Amino acid sequence: MIGIINYGAGNIFSLTAALKRVGVAYGLVNELSDFELYDRFIIPGVGHAGTAIQRLHNSGFVDKIKQTKKPVLGICVGMQLLSIYSEEGDVDLLGLMPLKTLHFEKRIKEKVPHMGWNTVCIKNSHPIFKDVPDKSYFYFVHSYFLEQSDLYTVASCQYGLEFSAAIGKDNFVAVQFHPEKSGVLGESLLHNFAHWQYGEELV
Amino acid sequence: MLAKRIIPCLDVKDGRTVKGVNFVDLRDAGDPVELAWQYSRQGADELVFLDIAATQENRKTTLDLVKAVAQQINIPFTIGGGINAVKDAELLLNAGADKVSINSAAVRNPELIDELAKAFGKQFVVVAVDTRASDGQNFVYLSGGNIKTTIETENWVLEAQERGAGEILLTSMDYDGTKAGFDNVLLKKINDSLQIPLIASGGAGKQQDFVDVFQQANVDAALAASVFHYGEILIPELKETLQREGIAIRS
Repeated sequence: MIGIINYGAGNIFSLTAALKRVGVAYGLVNELSDFELYDRFIIPGVGHAGTAIQRLHNSGFVDKIKQTKKPVLGICVGMQLLSIYSEEGDVDLLGLMPLKTLHFEKRIKEKVPHMGWNTVCIKNSHPIFKDVPDKSYFYFVHSYFLEQSDLYTVASCQYGLEFSAAIGKDNFVAVQFHPEKSGVLGESLLHNFAHWQYGEELV
Repeated sequence: MLAKRIIPCLDVKDGRTVKGVNFVDLRDAGDPVELAWQYSRQGADELVFLDIAATQENRKTTLDLVKAVAQQINIPFTIGGGINAVKDAELLLNAGADKVSINSAAVRNPELIDELAKAFGKQFVVVAVDTRASDGQNFVYLSGGNIKTTIETENWVLEAQERGAGEILLTSMDYDGTKAGFDNVLLKKINDSLQIPLIASGGAGKQQDFVDVFQQANVDAALAASVFHYGEILIPELKETLQREGIAIRS
């Protein structure tokens, strides 16, 4: 069962509704002992990365997240939290991936936020993209992005520059787009995460 | 490549879908959740719900509708109507809305844009603008196009952007309901001045109108209501046409 890390960073109604639609059981992680109740976690997040990391620190969940060997999926700002640093609020983040979160503004001539459906190119296969065709459309809404990396980028997206649409390292995986708003393919991705047996694909 | 978006707009009143031609003469076009589900299946990229008779009394009906949509629909949606304060928007956010659209309330109290952007982020705030031309100038209209202001549209959209709008939804009242095509000249002018996405609204009558608004005005999204509701334009066919014309579209 999926535990949604409930640290007060935005609304999770859409996410829980999507999990219900795909028939995946979930609960909320409201306190430290709740980490034992679930076999995988989602870190949601909307809004300001600086505010989000502050709330995550206040929640007292940071060490647990860093230490867990269970699968973890970060979504949107929940993805950015896994990086080492964000230009949004000039803050240090969890540092689970050696990548930075940067502002689109001044780096691209396109409009910011990057809002709408964009194609995602799979760079390194990952179980959460099982049965998701390359160059599928997903729904993005963000003004900050994670750098591209040969090692950690699972899928990339092009918007004035190439950035990480999905990243993965060990039991951590994260997506910049919103699977809960990305039609049936987004639902497939959530379903895949719910059934990801971390470690099995290495055998 | 970022796709241009096709957005059906559902006007709702007391939990039912209605659409007025030039904002009068309302006809009932069905259950909004059912309609929304149909649109998402057909390939709509996003949905907008406008609560055209929003009052404090029917607030609960609207929240129930937002919850039902969020539960059943897997694409983003915006809700507009009756949002006059941060607390109104917060209720909608918590019910599952992805964005809120503010129109007259933003003109009457521009600070509301700043407050909403600060509280929930820019991406949550759509500023809807009704515009009409008069003596060669474009003016912002309030209350569904009934009240003229002295605010020039070109200035207002820039102020809205500056204050924290994440997107502008521009409806040309001169074109709305005419089915003669979008106001491509004004839309291009506004689009060129903006650094945030622009949604074109008002005037869609045939598939070519969508081709024209994307090719001529380069807007990010195009919104329509009755042509979709009454099946005059089918979204899968529209998207095929757009794709054939070389416009980036989610297939």
